[in-house]
Amino acid sequence: MPRLDVDEVIETVEMIRMMNLDVRSVTLGVNVLPAARPDPEETGEEIKSIILDVADSLVETVEEVEDELGVPIVNKRIAVTPCSLVTAPSVREHGPEAPLVVAEALDEVASEVGVDYIGGYTALVYDGYTESDEAIVKTIPEALSSTERLCASMVVADSRYGINMDAVKDAAHAVKRIAEATDGHGCARFVALTNAPENTPFMAGAFHGVGQPDACINVGISGPGVVRAVVEELEDADFRTLHDEIKRTAFKITRVGELVGRMVAERLDVEFGAVDLSLAPTPEPGDSVAEILEGIGLEECGCPGTTAALHLLMDAVKKGGAAATSKHGGYSEAFVPVSEDAGMARAAAGTLTLEKLEAMTAVCSVGLDMIVLPGDTPVETVAGLIADEAAIGVATGKPTGVRVILAPGKKPGDEFEMGGLLGKAPVMKIPDKKPTMFEREGRIPPKPPR
Amino acid sequence: MTKAVVTVIGADRPGIVAGISEVLARHNVNIEDISQTVLDEIFAMIMLVDLSESDVNVGELRRELRRKGEELGVDVVVQHEDVYKAMHRV
Repeated sequence: MPRLDVDEVIETVEMIRMMNLDVRSVTLGVNVLPAARPDPEETGEEIKSIILDVADSLVETVEEVEDELGVPIVNKRIAVTPCSLVTAPSVREHGPEAPLVVAEALDEVASEVGVDYIGGYTALVYDGYTESDEAIVKTIPEALSSTERLCASMVVADSRYGINMDAVKDAAHAVKRIAEATDGHGCARFVALTNAPENTPFMAGAFHGVGQPDACINVGISGPGVVRAVVEELEDADFRTLHDEIKRTAFKITRVGELVGRMVAERLDVEFGAVDLSLAPTPEPGDSVAEILEGIGLEECGCPGTTAALHLLMDAVKKGGAAATSKHGGYSEAFVPVSEDAGMARAAAGTLTLEKLEAMTAVCSVGLDMIVLPGDTPVETVAGLIADEAAIGVATGKPTGVRVILAPGKKPGDEFEMGGLLGKAPVMKIPDKKPTMFEREGRIPPKPPR
Repeated sequence: MTKAVVTVIGADRPGIVAGISEVLARHNVNIEDISQTVLDEIFAMIMLVDLSESDVNVGELRRELRRKGEELGVDVVVQHEDVYKAMHRV
């Protein structure tokens, strides 16, 4: 640092003290494939031992970096190899219940290490099921209801392989069964994905892809608070100025994410993976993507113009963020999780409809996230939502997903409290008519080759 | 070489610079640069300090300076220099 630049110092201090500048997530990806054994108990023990080897000091190290830099780091997490690969030998030997032992082991080791979530109870079924995939999918509801920190996902579609409509249907059944088994709350730990990134730090869809090294650190940048504060000060700016300022801000917050990722990776002696440029909101006042969109110029998020505002935001965040990191990864999009974003939840009581949310997901990733629907929503309707997001993902080549909460006994307009960072949201209205297409079987083919 | 930026903001009163400097001196933290101003009776001071010869790390210094800040009625922020470098230097 040449000399003190007072403006820069004040700006940074303001960002941290007043605008929630932080690092949203530090996620350690771990390859647990070497743990695969015909005996599920042994597999579980081996997984624990592999994770403890590399993650034992994860939380301590992250807290050390947090303390040293003076930048809050909100979540520490672990993502593992998709479980269906690891449980293949034990499913073959001991049948479809074998993965439940592994689920328990993952939850136990997560608690031992002190991370808030562990992701990877995952089946990649976009182009068909293995025996082990079937076992994972069948046991997801029980795995989630018997654990606290485990996250599950199904990758049901991919631009290169099309949409596995049978898997879409299975994912919808899983949502229904998770809701029944957990009073709705477990639904927050399951997502049906399309074009799933293999290196995202964000849950519930994080898993450690097979193209990854044995271990690596992926980082999620600061939430929307800083960008919101910047946008609010630019009431009279034209669109290019607004875009430019968001871009500059994204650059700065991404650099902080990159710094944290490098330091944690170096201290844990693992590779530094990617920085996920996603803006992930929390229920905290001001930490809201909806409020950024309203700052760009909407009476309320969800009114006409919302998709354009989101497009502007995303484009600027990506351009600024991508320039600031040596490797972007994961989703790198604005998240629009309704219950986790106080502004979205407010808007969802009236202005923001399910249909508008779906339109928004055409210009940003992650799809329909943390939306609350009545507990008696038909399984075909849930499958329809998942299929629609899969279609948007396949057609645009972007990652999309559906994380829907079915709230038992609730009707549209009721409020459903998820608790903590998961927030609360009104139950959204959904058409009475449902899709009949799921009487058919098979796939929707991929896009033609480029 | 560990450097940190110390920012002190609050209502102006005698003894702020002395109180903060005393903590830095006691821990052998060297002040490399200092900028201080009073605007509308609000005191603002920014210091670049070097901890390489110090007996405390950045986190420990932050906690102690924040305690001192509470006594003095000012807000103290201590940040590793690398954060500024990352954000503002391309």
